[in-house]
Amino acid sequence: MRAVRNLIGALALGAVASLGAVLPSPARAAGEAIAIPDANFGFAGFFGTFDRGAAQRGLQVYKEVCSACHGMYHLSYRNLLEIGLSEDQVRALAGTFTVMDGPNDTGEMFERPARLSDRFRRPFANELAARAANNGAYPPDLSVMAKARPNGANYLHALLTGYVDPPAGFTVADGMYYNAYYPGHQIAMPPILNPDQVTYADGTAATVDQMARDVATFLAWAAEPETEQRRAMGVKMILFLIVLGGLTYAVKRKVWADVKH
Amino acid sequence: MAIGLHDSTIKNPVLRWVDQRLPVFTMMQKEYGTFPTPRNFNYFWNFGALAMVTLMIMIATGIFLAMNYTPHTSYAFDSVERIMRDVNYGWLIRYVHMNGASMFFIVVFIHIWRGLYYGSYKAPRELLWILGVVIFLLMMATAFMGYVLPWGQMSFWGATVITNLFSAFPLVGEHIVTWLWGGFSVDNPTLNRFFSLHYLMPFVIAGVVFLHVAALHITGSNNPLGIDPKGPQDTLPFHPYYTAKDSVGLIVYFIVFAFLVFFMPNYLGHPDNYIPANPLVTPAHIVPEWYFLPFYAILRAVPDKLGGVLLMFGSIAVLFILPWLDTSPVRSMRFRPVAKWALFLWLIAFFVLMWAGGKPAEEPYVTISRIATAYYFAYFLVILPLLGRLERPLSLPESIAMPVLRGGGPVMAGAAAKPMEKA
Ligand code: HEC
Ligand code: HEM
Repeated sequence: MRAVRNLIGALALGAVASLGAVLPSPARAAGEAIAIPDANFGFAGFFGTFDRGAAQRGLQVYKEVCSACHGMYHLSYRNLLEIGLSEDQVRALAGTFTVMDGPNDTGEMFERPARLSDRFRRPFANELAARAANNGAYPPDLSVMAKARPNGANYLHALLTGYVDPPAGFTVADGMYYNAYYPGHQIAMPPILNPDQVTYADGTAATVDQMARDVATFLAWAAEPETEQRRAMGVKMILFLIVLGGLTYAVKRKVWADVKH
Repeated sequence: MAIGLHDSTIKNPVLRWVDQRLPVFTMMQKEYGTFPTPRNFNYFWNFGALAMVTLMIMIATGIFLAMNYTPHTSYAFDSVERIMRDVNYGWLIRYVHMNGASMFFIVVFIHIWRGLYYGSYKAPRELLWILGVVIFLLMMATAFMGYVLPWGQMSFWGATVITNLFSAFPLVGEHIVTWLWGGFSVDNPTLNRFFSLHYLMPFVIAGVVFLHVAALHITGSNNPLGIDPKGPQDTLPFHPYYTAKDSVGLIVYFIVFAFLVFFMPNYLGHPDNYIPANPLVTPAHIVPEWYFLPFYAILRAVPDKLGGVLLMFGSIAVLFILPWLDTSPVRSMRFRPVAKWALFLWLIAFFVLMWAGGKPAEEPYVTISRIATAYYFAYFLVILPLLGRLERPLSLPESIAMPVLRGGGPVMAGAAAKPMEKA
């Protein structure tokens, strides 16, 4: 009887556990599986944190390269305080952008320098303008990009370093570029990262791999800025529950002590 | 019953004053205090309580989400991201709600499995079981509409695919779809009504859960042996025995839940739903949430659209008549040597369907889905009705207390009597 009961219990546990294996993890469901190399990001593990230096360098790459085509609409300049920039630095950075405000008392729209509370400036007024400037392709918003692709940060790193020569016999359409990691291998985004494209203030050598890592770190932070707070809270919550569970179990044992079973 | 004040035994004078006029405390005492509960529950009997707690968590988090959510195609996606970033602990509220739906289905799947294995659906609990299936259907409708609200790519395309299923019905099909959409495609009117209904349905579920529990308290609980309690020696008062035991299960459940929320909140979701809905771009694979996959696999196992839709609804409808399909008088599978294995096989078929539902609709997945679908139905429609006649069940124990106390030696009588003193 006990054996049967254990079996049932084990089966139930197994069922829950195998859910993980059975589920169409997005990467698996995505069809043609292109293996994405693991870039070993420090923030990837359950207790990982974002490397502030890398995130700040990534911001620089975004600002100097990507922001020509991609917006990050869900971010405000004030959010940058979270990656270790000082308020003065962020104010100065925001001040380099002009945004449209208004209407004022006389009903006119006017331009002013951006403030901490403003959203990141969008490079194009709308999708049609963006397409017109990019051969008909639309550079998507990057705010949540790292969670909008399977294996987000690793994919971003792979994508940006994945511009290689197409294999023999592969014809790349006009205005498209071959990329080893983009689904279908033809992407409308040109290989925008070139060695020493940016000059890092901290002296880090700006190789393509380095810039790709940095901007992937920045985008991973931007997609889930709550990550560090969430994990820290999770650790406390689970430790608390384990202690509470122990106490509850002791109470249960005590209550049931006089019941024979 | 005579008209007049209720004869209350509550000690506290204030509570007694209320109780004499509205005997809610007497009722709580009767239904959750002294309620005689079989003494031999295993932890599978935790899952009803877990489902109840999860329902409350979903309602609580949902109300706070609704305070900050905007049901409009142009703002829905952004408003969800705003909740994640700018609302205090908004990310926590949303991740609890999002993963809470998955936890709810895990819990209810196990709860239903408990019913299938221990024969809780059999007389006299048929109506209790049917109310459970109603809850399950309502849960699926609620979860489906909730998934549309963030207005990502999977929201939009999932809604399009599922609502389109109704077009399979001859004559009225197209009209039903237009009526569901409130237009000629999934659009702002669809989003608005889904939001309204998604807010309403959990309260309907709460109402049916009330009936479900009310019915339970008429028939009393089943137990792992599937035999009726014969007297007080077979039961324990719900409190403190099962309040204590349920609390242990609840904490373990919260640990699993917390792990999901705090360390892998997007694991069970689909990354495409972080791409804003775009009617012009169809995702490479449209996959529903994991808990719909078994039913999705059944849908796609049939080459004919209408047939697939009917079979998919049938896979749940069959649960309604299960109490009459299973002709064996023995409830617990512990005493049904053949049916037990047939049921484990059914469980495997269920997981196979779940796996196949996440794969593209091509070979070999289609054939595998067909075999699993066939067995899913055969179990209910052929195996159970026949086994009731053909199978020779093992002999049932005399009472719940007997096998429990077997080997108990001289303390037997004392141990059985003690809980009664407490009650
Ligand atoms: C010259 C304009 C331009 C610049 C600069 C640019 N991109 Fe793009 N990007 C595009 C276009 C156009 C697309 C759409 C590609 C397509 O649809 O084929 C795109 C697509 C993307 C995608 C989506 C790929 C996918 O899986 O769908 C990512 C991620 C991306 N870019 C990241 C970046 C990053 C990071 C930078 C800065 C290092 C950057 N881009 C700079 C034009 C640009
Ligand atoms: C919102 C979802 C649900 C909630 C909140 C809920 C709640 C409960 C509770 C609190 C109990 C008593 C504790 C227990 O025996 O585990 C119970 C019992 C039961 N439930 Fe549910 N339930 C839900 C869904 C379902 C579904 C979907 C089914 C079946 C299709 C179902 C079938 C049953 C049966 C048969 C019992 C009596 C079990 C027994 O005594 O063996 N329930 N439910």
